[in-house]
Amino acid sequence: MTETSTARPGDWVEVECVLLEPADRSTNLPPETAEKPLMMWVKGFAEGQAALGEPVTVETMTGRKVSGRLSAVNPGYFHTFGEPIPELQHIGKDLRARLKAYRASHEGGA
Amino acid sequence: MATKFDAIMARRGEIMRQALGMDYSQFEQSPVAFDYEGMMSAHGYSLQDIVDIQTKAGVGNTPLLELHNLTDLVRSVSEPGKGARIFVKDEAANLAGAFKDRRASVSIHVAKEKGYEGVIAATSGNYGAAVASQAARNGLKCIICQETYDSRKVGQPEIVEKARICEAFGAEVVQMTVGPELFFHMVELLDQTGYFAASLYSSFGVSGIETLGLEIAREMTELTGAPPTHVICTHAGGGNTTGTARGLKRAGATDTQIVSASVDLSGLHMASDNDFNRKSFTTGHTGFGVPFATWPDRADVPRNAARPLRYIDRYLTVTQGEVFYVTEALVKLEGLERGPAGNTAMTAAVSLARDLPREATVVVQETEYTGAGKHHWAQLNFAKQMGVEVRAGDPRDNVPGTVIVIPERLEQIQAQDFDVDRMRRSYVRNALKNAPEGYQPSDDDVAFLAADTNTTPEAVTAMIGELAAKEA
Repeated sequence: MTETSTARPGDWVEVECVLLEPADRSTNLPPETAEKPLMMWVKGFAEGQAALGEPVTVETMTGRKVSGRLSAVNPGYFHTFGEPIPELQHIGKDLRARLKAYRASHEGGA
Repeated sequence: MATKFDAIMARRGEIMRQALGMDYSQFEQSPVAFDYEGMMSAHGYSLQDIVDIQTKAGVGNTPLLELHNLTDLVRSVSEPGKGARIFVKDEAANLAGAFKDRRASVSIHVAKEKGYEGVIAATSGNYGAAVASQAARNGLKCIICQETYDSRKVGQPEIVEKARICEAFGAEVVQMTVGPELFFHMVELLDQTGYFAASLYSSFGVSGIETLGLEIAREMTELTGAPPTHVICTHAGGGNTTGTARGLKRAGATDTQIVSASVDLSGLHMASDNDFNRKSFTTGHTGFGVPFATWPDRADVPRNAARPLRYIDRYLTVTQGEVFYVTEALVKLEGLERGPAGNTAMTAAVSLARDLPREATVVVQETEYTGAGKHHWAQLNFAKQMGVEVRAGDPRDNVPGTVIVIPERLEQIQAQDFDVDRMRRSYVRNALKNAPEGYQPSDDDVAFLAADTNTTPEAVTAMIGELAAKEA
């Protein structure tokens, strides 16, 4: 895990920064949002060496330089499908049976 | 007190003018009215030009499929003589997997022609993928601003997937926590980069959807001998409905009823850090549908090209659980595995078709791609993790953010009519509220409001009278 907690120059990383402090935010927000800063994350190639949480500048895919704190090194995607949903499992079976019964009773008419 | 947010927003007009490549002030007629058709045609492209742009872009001409199994199932729960034929335009077949490619293809074409180095769009939806894909094909740089996470850096799997696909196409994705200031940062980035604003709500984008209406009218005429009696659109910001309806009309399908459909998310606040991950839908819901229809000019362009009240005949809402049920039914019965949000209109179509005569034809005008994260299983598993109860039962017991009730039987699916007249009144109230205080609408303003709400000048005058009486 030590490899992924430190970025070297050129590594693909994600940085995190505060875009707006609570006082600078829109005045028309529900309290649970208004009391929190507006955070931002951007990915790019690290320009220097940094450990997680340390400041670093990245060059993004469009060539912009963005500075923030290192939040991930070589960030991946871990979203998936998950387990089957029991409440959905019967639907296909039920509806196919129903369609078959309907067509049998309306032969030539459907 | 003026915040940093207010300061940028005050310069928004000037920045957007540069970034849109069009001066919207030329269309303004009064503090209330503007020349909508003038704005829509100012880009100078004919409908055939747009078809040509999209053909080159690899967009459009998606399959129109008749759903024989779903139709028969609906007939099995309909009264005798009822149960309309159901069709779907499989928009997932577009390059980036949704009808949004139609919107993006025109915007990116314009950006390229006008010599911009890159494009920026603010979207957590399929539009980001569409812009990123078209930008990649045209060698333009691309930044997508996305509302991704709550304050704990947790995001709906569907949005996380949309970030992934944008990055796969080479876009820079700027991910943010919950809040309308997404648009503030987009404006800041436009100012900083000089890129083109590929707004969802520009006339370029909405004109790009007109080809969908055109294809539906033509293909249904070939298949059934006439344009469809009903077209049903999943409704969020209103561009889908507006563009499709305009295309149908331009193709001569003036009798086709335009129905919008959204997932009912009433009770959830769109800017709430707590509610953000309890929506189970990222788009196609009333949280966008109602505010944008009743005040379109809240968008990131001075005048929104998406003005659905001009076109809709009915606005239906369905529950979260009903959409997940129909998404599963579509996979198992029609071999169409598609994203849940795009099946919102399909869900309403099941209910609508049941009450229409057998001769009627209902076209569901979109589907969207599916996959890891962007899938009904992923959204339901995530809902459970967020503490939302998921159970089988009567969909009327569904409470957004608290309990998702999956119907037990097809006949439980019952779309609800949202009061379109109420939306019209709300729109007129907002239009007047946004004019200077004490401004008296002229006859031309009344005529504009009548066109913008698809009513009559008399009806608008009556609404204005009611509003004045309420305030007095």
